[in-house]
Order: sequence, then structure tokens, then C-alpha cells
Amino acid sequence: MTPEWPLWEIFIRGQHGLSHRHVGSLHAPDAEMAIKNARDVYTRRNEGLSIWVVEASKIAASSPEEKGPLYEPSNDKVYRHPTFFDIPDEVGAM
Amino acid sequence: MSAALFEFLTRMGDNTLVLGHRVSEWCGIAPVLEEDIALANTALDLIGQTTLWLSLAGEVEGKGRDADALAFHRDVWDFRNLLITEQPNGDFGQTMMRQFLFDCWHVLYLDALRNSSDARIAAIAEKSLKEVTYHFERSAETVIGLGDGTEESHRRMQAALNRLWPFVGEMFDSDAVDQEMIAQGIAPDPQALRPAFDAKLTDVMAKATLAIPGDDFSHAGGRNGARHTEHLGHMLTQMQWLQRAYPDATW
Repeated sequence: MTPEWPLWEIFIRGQHGLSHRHVGSLHAPDAEMAIKNARDVYTRRNEGLSIWVVEASKIAASSPEEKGPLYEPSNDKVYRHPTFFDIPDEVGAM
Repeated sequence: MSAALFEFLTRMGDNTLVLGHRVSEWCGIAPVLEEDIALANTALDLIGQTTLWLSLAGEVEGKGRDADALAFHRDVWDFRNLLITEQPNGDFGQTMMRQFLFDCWHVLYLDALRNSSDARIAAIAEKSLKEVTYHFERSAETVIGLGDGTEESHRRMQAALNRLWPFVGEMFDSDAVDQEMIAQGIAPDPQALRPAFDAKLTDVMAKATLAIPGDDFSHAGGRNGARHTEHLGHMLTQMQWLQRAYPDATW
């Protein structure tokens, strides 16, 4: 059985000024081929200006089970949201 | 109309048509999804280039034939593609080796055509070169990866190179059509591209740890239509059957 190529997570920036967004994953033997494969799989309809690839195994991720201690403490800290300011209409959407 | 110009344009269009169709035969059955999509993209690029070349050929000919008529209503003896483009896909390695050898020539030829005295040809070359530069990078990297890969992939790539090598020489053949194109400043002398081709080839084959065959024998007969290999007719029966069975059908 042939060993499977490693999995890569693909991030693409659609326009100047926007951040790279995670678009999916694919397999490739190395980083350069991962970029080429990403170009072929994810930018066929002119979606991209820049591609980042990261080997999936190199990503450290938070664990879903820890969501209580990680996120719930911020639920009752309303003062962290800047909702107490009066914003002039001319500013538009913030 | 200029018969030589029509001949030149069908050579360009038939190369991309025949190779584009060959590559499209992998659609849905390539070894991995990523290569499947990449090959389909390559095939689509080549078929798109075909539309440009053969439309212009029809225009130059002035007999009312459009790109579809030239692609689907001609038979083997009217095709002017290089023999290497009609060779069967073989295994994935053979397909990529064929692609690399063609891309290597294609990049150089299109680059030279950007300076064509015919603005329409220069424009097609300019547009195509962007696509073909990527094809070359991809096929070169794949040939290197597989050549310098496992024992089995190396063996398959060397076998592919040995098998396809006798079709390389035809890319650099030059005949009366070429002489007329050169005289009018429309296209470069194919022979003049050989040193640059050899330099690219030597570089990639060294990295791929593959040995370039020493034998200089080369087949001819594709680009002048004198003698295609038996594979083209079989391919055309697949490619043209719908238009043959239902002439001018559209959907």
C-alpha cells in the first residue's frame, strides 16, 4: 500500500486588504506541490491573489471539550464590548 | 488567403486540440483527486487555446469553416499535430513525461511567437503563454518528483522517457511552411529553439535522475500530415463521434 501524501490546510486571500481565509484541505507530497494543487483545486474561478498552505499536522487546535473554561467566562463581561459609546451617524457602519 | 499561414495555424491548433483531448481522458480516473483536477484544468487550457488557433485558421482560410468544423469534421490525414501529442496516455508517469516534453517546447515556441509580425498570433501567444508557463512548472516538478522518487516511479519515468524520446525531434523539424513563416516574421525557426530546449531538458532530467537517451532517431509525419501514428484515428473516433453521428448538433 502506498503511503498517503500528507494533508495540507489551504488559506486563500481573495482581494488585497482582506485576510487569508481557510478554504479547505488537500493532499500533496510537499509544500510547493500543495500550493500548485491549491491553485488548481481552489482558484479555478479567479478566487485568489495569494495562497498559504500549512501541513495539517502542524496546526495546534483547541479542544471542543474545553469550551466551558475557554469561552464561557467572557459571556458575562459586557463591559468588554464597546456598546456604551454614542457613535455619530456620519461614521456609518462599524 | 495564405496556404502556409493556414497550415501553420492548424499545426498550432491541432497540437493543443489533440493533446487537450488526450489529457481530458484522465478526467475522473486520475490517481488522486488533486491530479485529476489539475489535469482537467490543463486540458481545458489547451482546448481554449485550440479555439483561438482554429478560429483564426478558419478565418484565414476564408471558406466558412469555424473552429468546430475544423476540429470535428476533419479526418486523420488533415490533422497537423506533432506525433507526440497523439501518443496514448499510458500510465500517469508517461502522461506527465509527454506533458513535460511538450510543455518544454511549447513555452519556448509561444515565447518566440509573442514577437510575431501578425498581431493576432502575437496576442494568442501572449495569452497562452501564461497558462503554459504554469503547465511547464507543474509537469517539470512532477517529472522530478517521480523520477527522483521510489525505485518503481524512477523505472516508470525512465521507460516513459525512452518511449517518447523518438517523438521529440519532430518539434524542431523545419519545412517549406516554416520557411515561409520565418520569411514573413510570423513564426520562429523551430531549429533555433533546440539549444534552449536541451538546456531546460538537461536541467530537469538531472534533477529527476533520469538519463536522456543518446539515440537521435526521430519519427516525423505529424506536423506535415504525411504519416500519423495509428493512435490518432482511434482517438478521433472518440472525440468526433457525436458530431459524426449528429452533424452540427448543439446544446
